[in-house]
Amino acid sequence: MTDTLAGAVTAPMVRAWIEKSAKVLADNRAHLTELDSPIGDSDHGNNMDRGFKAVLEKLPQGDDIGAMLKSVAMSLISKVGGAAGPLYGTMFLDGAKPLAGKTSLTGEELARFFDDAVAGVMKRGRSDVGMKTMLDALAPAAKAFREEIANGSDMPAALKAAAKAAEQGMEATIPMQAQRGRASYLGERSIGHQDPGATSSYLILQAFSDAVEEAVQ
Amino acid sequence: MKKLVNNAEDVTVEQLKGFGLACEDIDVHFDPNYVCVAGGVQDRVALVSGGGSGHEPLHGGYVGTGMLDAACPGQVFTSPTPDQMFEAGKAVNGGRGILQIVKNYTGDVLNFQMAADMLRDEGIEVRNVIIDDDVALKDSLYTAGRRGLGTTVIAEKVCGAAAREGYDLDRLAALCKKVNIHGKSMGMALTSCTTPQNGTPSFELPDDEMEIGIGIHGEPGIMRSKIKSADEVTEILTDRILDDEAYTRNLSEWDPAKGDWVDVEVTDITLQKGDEVIAIVNGMGGTPLSELYTVYAKLADLTARRGVKIVRNLVGNYITSLEMAGVSITLVKTDEEILRLYDAPVKTPALRWGM
Repeated sequence: MTDTLAGAVTAPMVRAWIEKSAKVLADNRAHLTELDSPIGDSDHGNNMDRGFKAVLEKLPQGDDIGAMLKSVAMSLISKVGGAAGPLYGTMFLDGAKPLAGKTSLTGEELARFFDDAVAGVMKRGRSDVGMKTMLDALAPAAKAFREEIANGSDMPAALKAAAKAAEQGMEATIPMQAQRGRASYLGERSIGHQDPGATSSYLILQAFSDAVEEAVQ
Repeated sequence: MKKLVNNAEDVTVEQLKGFGLACEDIDVHFDPNYVCVAGGVQDRVALVSGGGSGHEPLHGGYVGTGMLDAACPGQVFTSPTPDQMFEAGKAVNGGRGILQIVKNYTGDVLNFQMAADMLRDEGIEVRNVIIDDDVALKDSLYTAGRRGLGTTVIAEKVCGAAAREGYDLDRLAALCKKVNIHGKSMGMALTSCTTPQNGTPSFELPDDEMEIGIGIHGEPGIMRSKIKSADEVTEILTDRILDDEAYTRNLSEWDPAKGDWVDVEVTDITLQKGDEVIAIVNGMGGTPLSELYTVYAKLADLTARRGVKIVRNLVGNYITSLEMAGVSITLVKTDEEILRLYDAPVKTPALRWGM
């Protein structure tokens, strides 16, 4: 393992992340839909799976990370539907904006990607951490990633920490009362259920960590 | 699951094919999916709506002369995607802008906003008006706010007539917002419903229980109880509507001066003695028309006792939730403008009078 590999996320790694995300979401299709059943409308697994299948079909060749992530955004926007389509679409779109033409990302660039992605989801969803949404997984992950990079961790370690923070954030949604999305209509009855959006966000971040770890090994 | 489907993944497309063949005045487009009036729109504001499939006749059934110009159906119970509204909007754009009527569900609101942004980039002026008339929800601070129910049908009818009278975009949006704050709805379910994709009921509801305050996407409501008589159920829904206090919330709308989406504070009317209303007794899809008339009898009695006069009514399946058994009641306070436009001729697959 060389310093360059440990210190940067390359275009093939981003491609591997996207492909792994599609696989993990397909594998978890029934699980996500099951989570969506008591507090949503039982379609999150189907929608994410359909969306990421379209992502793979349309993913451009080449090493332009910004173009790849923008393509992911457009596919999700046009294929996922529900709230998840525009929210995940905005996440990738806003995150990808400064990355056009880049073929590898430094820790700082990836930290900014995560920050921009989180800010985009907050604005589009008029939402914040603690409302039982995907932000409960995404925001702690972005924060953890930035801290790890600031402390000098290498890329695989920082992504691992981000995925761990997302997992904890996902689990933290269980006792929360939903304040956004369809789950919010249940009031206190939304308590005790893990948020499906936070779960898919965790799965995508875990896929990122796994893809980069496999690539550098 | 017992349903007339072929392949669960294809239901939306197969149903649209049949709809297009059955309705000769309507064009159906695929990939992206939308339906629109044949011949397009000339020199007036175009009216577009949409939402998840499974609520038929909403919205495709209201496309036609005097109502919607285009409708964008999503997957079952899933909001349509921006590319659908983008293509539908371009197809029906008559050069005077587009009004999008959007039911207040998070997915619908976000997807229609993205579509409006895309259409604006093409040089087409767009306003989105949100319908949030579901009085089952008391507060909007800790929820996504009241959902869009039956007032949507009245808004589409009234605004469709106004667009053909030549209302400009801002006047039409103002009218649509007025209908929204004049409308109040509440629904209940006797049974759950099953989307073809999932094959199992969206929520469990025992044989002897009912769910009050449901939306239209198979999501559970706000409270559950042992099943009650038709009169008692009607009284619960009607009282909640008649007693509903002025409801204040922020709704997102496009501010052309700022060039951004802004939150605007909106407050509902309350229904008063002497008010005249349009009433909808709406079946959720699995309740026979006969039972809806039982509900209407009690509704007419309850409103009359409170001095609220029903001047027009719709009894039937207008905004459904697949095969769910249950009912929703909508009351929209009328004034001269709303009633005149409501009475204007309309010719759509699901609503037709005067022509």
